[in-house]
Amino acid sequence: MSQKGTIESLTGKNSQKKKSRIPAKMDFLQSATGAILALFITFHLLFESSILLGKESMYHLTKFFEGEFLIEGGSPLFIVFLALGISVVFILHALLAMRKFPSSYREYQRFRTHAKLMGHQDTNLWFIQISSGFMLFFLGSIHLFTMMTQAQNIGPFASSDRIYSDMAWPMYLMLLVSVVLHAGVGVYRLIVKWGWFDGSDPRASRRRHQKIIKGAVLFYLLIGLFSLATYIKIGYEHQADYGERYHLKGEVTHAD
Amino acid sequence: MGREITIKVLKYNPTDSQSTPTFVEYTLEETPGMTLYIALTKIKSSIDHDLTSDFVCRAGICGACGMLVNGKPQLACRTLTSDFEGGKIELLPLPTFKLIKDLSVDTGAWMEKMSLRVHSWIEKHEETDLAKLEKRVEPAVADEVFELDRCIECGICVASCSTAIMREDFVGAVGLNRVARFSIDPHDTRTDEDFYELIGDDDGIFGCMSLMACEDHCPKNLSLQSKIAYMRRKLVMS
Ligand code: HEM
Ligand code: SF4
Ligand code: FES
Repeated sequence: MSQKGTIESLTGKNSQKKKSRIPAKMDFLQSATGAILALFITFHLLFESSILLGKESMYHLTKFFEGEFLIEGGSPLFIVFLALGISVVFILHALLAMRKFPSSYREYQRFRTHAKLMGHQDTNLWFIQISSGFMLFFLGSIHLFTMMTQAQNIGPFASSDRIYSDMAWPMYLMLLVSVVLHAGVGVYRLIVKWGWFDGSDPRASRRRHQKIIKGAVLFYLLIGLFSLATYIKIGYEHQADYGERYHLKGEVTHAD
Repeated sequence: MGREITIKVLKYNPTDSQSTPTFVEYTLEETPGMTLYIALTKIKSSIDHDLTSDFVCRAGICGACGMLVNGKPQLACRTLTSDFEGGKIELLPLPTFKLIKDLSVDTGAWMEKMSLRVHSWIEKHEETDLAKLEKRVEPAVADEVFELDRCIECGICVASCSTAIMREDFVGAVGLNRVARFSIDPHDTRTDEDFYELIGDDDGIFGCMSLMACEDHCPKNLSLQSKIAYMRRKLVMS
C-alpha cells in the first residue's frame, strides 16, 4: 500500500494536511458525463425519428453516420466506435452517480417517507431520476451492446425487423421512457446545481426552466413514441421478408 | 363561534422507557388569527399539560418552533390554522435533529457542531491592529453579507433535505450558506483553498444533490440555490 493512500485513509488528509481533490473531480465528472450523455441523446432521438419523414430519410442518415461521405458505401465500424465511446461515458456516469443512491433499508425508508410527507416537486423528481437511472443500467447496456455487435443491422428494414420480429420493442419502449425522463430531470438538475442561466431573478428562472424542460420531455416522448410505432408498423409489414435490406429506388447494387 | 379544528401530534419521549411513540388527536375551537403557536399553547394549558413544543419569540425570529406541518417543514408560530381548509393538521417533530420530546428537537447542538465544522467566524491571515480604523466595506457588499446573516438557524432547510435525511453528516444548506457568507465578507481573508478544507467533500458542498427543498422551505426566503451553486462553482475549481 502506498504511504500516501494510507495517510489519507487514516487521517482524511494528505501529508501536507490537505483534503483530497477527488470529491471535487467526481462531482464535476458526474455532471460532465451526464451533460455529454444528455447532449448525445437529444440528437440521437432526433436522428432516430427521421423514420417519421420516411424510410429514405432514415436510410440517408444511417449512411451518413456510417461515414459514406468519407469512404464509399460507408462502414458500420463508425457506429461501433460511436457506441464504444458512449459506453465509456455511460459506465463512468453510472459509476459516479451510483454514489447518490440510497444504500440501505434505513436510508431508503427515510427518504421515501420524508418525500411522501413533504410532497415537494424537485424531491419527487429526484426519485424519478434514480429510478430511471437504475433502469438504464440494464436497458442502456442492452442497447449499447446491440449497437456494438450488430452495427451492420441498422436501417429502415433492419431496425424495424429487430424491433418487430426480434421483439425488441418492449425494451425500446422502456428505454425511451426512462432515458427521456432521466435526461430531462438530469439537465434540469445541471442547471440548478451549477446556477446556469440564473439571470437577475434565479427563482423566476427556475420556474421558467421547469417549464422548458417539461416541454422538451413531452416533445421527445412524443417523437420517440411515434417513431417507435412507425418502426413497429414497418417491421410488421416486412415480416415476410425478414432480413431483406432496404435499397433506394433505382439502386442497382445489392451491397446493403 | 369559530370552526372546530383537530390537531394530531406524534407524542414520544425517548428518555422515558415507558413512553411509546403514539399519535394523539386534540380537538379545539379555532379563534380569529390563530397560529399554531396559539393552538398548541391552548392545548398545553387546557387539554394536555404533558405536550412539549418549543417557542420563544412567537414572531419568526428565534427559529425555535420548526416542525412538520402536514408533512411540510415550517415555523409553527408563522403558520395560521386557517390555512388548512379541512381544519385537520398533523404535527411531527423535525427529522434530522435529536428528538427531545414530542415536537421539541435539539437544533442547538446540531447548529453548534455545524458552526465549529465550517469555522463560522471571521478568520484573518494578518494580525488585527486595534489602533487603526477598520477597512471600509462597500455598502453593496455589506448588504449582501447581511442578507445571508438573516438565517435564524431554524433547521428547516436541513429537515427538508433528502441528503440530510439519508446522510447524517451532511453539512446542510444552513452550513453552506454560512460559508458563502464568510467568503463574501471582505473582513474574512480565507481563500477558496481554506474553505475547501472545511467543506470540500461528500458531506459538504459535493454532497448536495440540488433537490432545492431548502430553498423552497426556508422561512427567511434566503437564496440558498444560488449561494450553494456559487460555492460549488468556486470549490470545484480550487
Ligand atoms: C446506468 C445508467 C445511469 C444511471 C445509473 C444514472 C444515474 C444517475 C443518478 C443517480 C443521477 C443523480 C445524481 C445526483 O443526484 O447528483 C444522475 C444524474 C444525471 N444523469 Fe444519469 N444515470 C444513467 C444514465 C444516464 C444517461 C443515459 C443520461 C443521458 C441521457 C444521463 C444523464 C444525467 C444527467 C444530465 C444528470 C445530472 C448530473 C448531475 O446532477 O450532476 N444519465 N444519473
Ligand atoms: S437557511 Fe433558512 S431554513 Fe436554513 S436554518 Fe437558516 S433560516 Fe432556517
Ligand atoms: S417561536 Fe421563534 S421562530 Fe417561531
